[in-house]
Amino acid sequence: MQPTPPQLAVLKAALFAACLWPLAQLGWLAWKDGLGANPIEFITRHLGTWTLNFLLITLAVTPLRHLSGWHWLIRLRRMLGLYVFFYALLHFLTYLWLDQFFDWMSIVKDIAKRPFITAGFTAFLLLIPLAVTSNAAMLKRLGGRRWTQLHRSVYAIAIIGVVHYWWLVKKDITLPLLYAVLLGILLGFRALRLARERQRQLRAAIYENG
Amino acid sequence: MLIKRPDDILPSEITPRELFERRREFIKAAGAFALAAGLPPLALAREAFPSLQKGAHSTLEPPNSLRDITTYNNFVEFGFGGKSQPAERAGAMRTHPWTVSIEGLVHKPRTLAIEDILKIAPLEERIYRLRCVEGWSMVIPWVGFPLAALIKQVEPLGSAKYVEFITQTEPAAMPGLRLPYIDFPYTEGLRLDEALHPLTIMAVGLYGDVLPNQNGAPLRLVVPWKYGFKSGKSIVKIRFTDKPPRTSWNIAQPDEYGFYANVNPEVSHPRWSQEKERRIGEFFKRKTLPFNGYADLVAPLYAGMDLRKNY
Repeated sequence: MQPTPPQLAVLKAALFAACLWPLAQLGWLAWKDGLGANPIEFITRHLGTWTLNFLLITLAVTPLRHLSGWHWLIRLRRMLGLYVFFYALLHFLTYLWLDQFFDWMSIVKDIAKRPFITAGFTAFLLLIPLAVTSNAAMLKRLGGRRWTQLHRSVYAIAIIGVVHYWWLVKKDITLPLLYAVLLGILLGFRALRLARERQRQLRAAIYENG
Repeated sequence: MLIKRPDDILPSEITPRELFERRREFIKAAGAFALAAGLPPLALAREAFPSLQKGAHSTLEPPNSLRDITTYNNFVEFGFGGKSQPAERAGAMRTHPWTVSIEGLVHKPRTLAIEDILKIAPLEERIYRLRCVEGWSMVIPWVGFPLAALIKQVEPLGSAKYVEFITQTEPAAMPGLRLPYIDFPYTEGLRLDEALHPLTIMAVGLYGDVLPNQNGAPLRLVVPWKYGFKSGKSIVKIRFTDKPPRTSWNIAQPDEYGFYANVNPEVSHPRWSQEKERRIGEFFKRKTLPFNGYADLVAPLYAGMDLRKNY
């Protein structure tokens, strides 16, 4: 299956709109007074959850591409990755503005002393260079090899993101565990492929050197 | 510059007496509205306690809405997954008949039906602040009576130093019981002098009506100077002991939840600060007060104690 360029354009537009759904949901709930007794907490959690969701979706592109043979999926990855940053930014702004109301003293203290906030903040900072270098011009400027190396940090970001969630819950680790397992599968797939590739190269080398 | 003194309030601007006395009707209407909106029928006021005494120590701060108080709860027996779960699920819990067994180091152990418990002392309205360990707070108009009145009935032995409070377990209604995070039944405890303190009440109602299940029907503990998790809900057993009871959250995470759990802005939870809190319904966080603002009444209970160690 290979969509034609116009088909791909439509697909991209549809995906772009679909990715705004979680934000639209917040707007809708806010409008009909459905954010619950603690709206700020609700908004923060919702945006955090969707940051993680988009992170996993983005990381699922490569395995899906290999399993299905739909190599055009790669054309959707940048947009998904930028949505990770978009929701992470909103999540961070919610914390800064709605939750702390720019109380810098307490924000600095939080980041320094609360491990889950340290983790979340680190993950957010690490996302910035990826968002900045996401366009074709930056890819060209950095060169494919360096660009790929830089963008591999997304694996670390994902792990830190799940840890951030894990450390925040009071006791029920069901959901963080679910994210950890899904991330494990997505990273495991890559590790397995890498190992196979190494083995293949090794065999080829042995064969060549006879 | 001319400084204009504001005129006195016009008689026409004063709310007529009949109007402001219609608060109860308004709550009823709000309950009916909640029912229509698909909220649990428990939000429907039934005016169970028409003649309430105004209890001592009530705060003058405006109470949170019935909706906030009854839809944003922690009641882990009904799930750990979200504040709305108790409101969605607690309706399945049976609260009639209900008996409370009072036992342990007392002269007169007994099992009391909830109907008899309601007659132990005149019911009072107590508007208390509630501060959750998670960093939010509410103001709640409880209906209840001093726990001391109940304790007097069973005559504790001289050796009784602590009181243990055990929450109902009803597996069919409580999916949370199957989760491995906490040792059920949910157990809380107080020192005897804390239990006897006039601020400590057993609550049976909310906003002049019977307690909704998600708030701990039909009988719950309320200890307003401690974090909310100390105030056990849906109590079925009260036991007097000579040793500190092992309490559920303390067993689950001893470094995060101590036995005392007095509200203390200076002692951080290991994972978050307790300096501030968000009062539900407010935008800006407010400063958390020592002993949740009840320091003048309860601080003497802890004279000479290191509250950092005894968190």
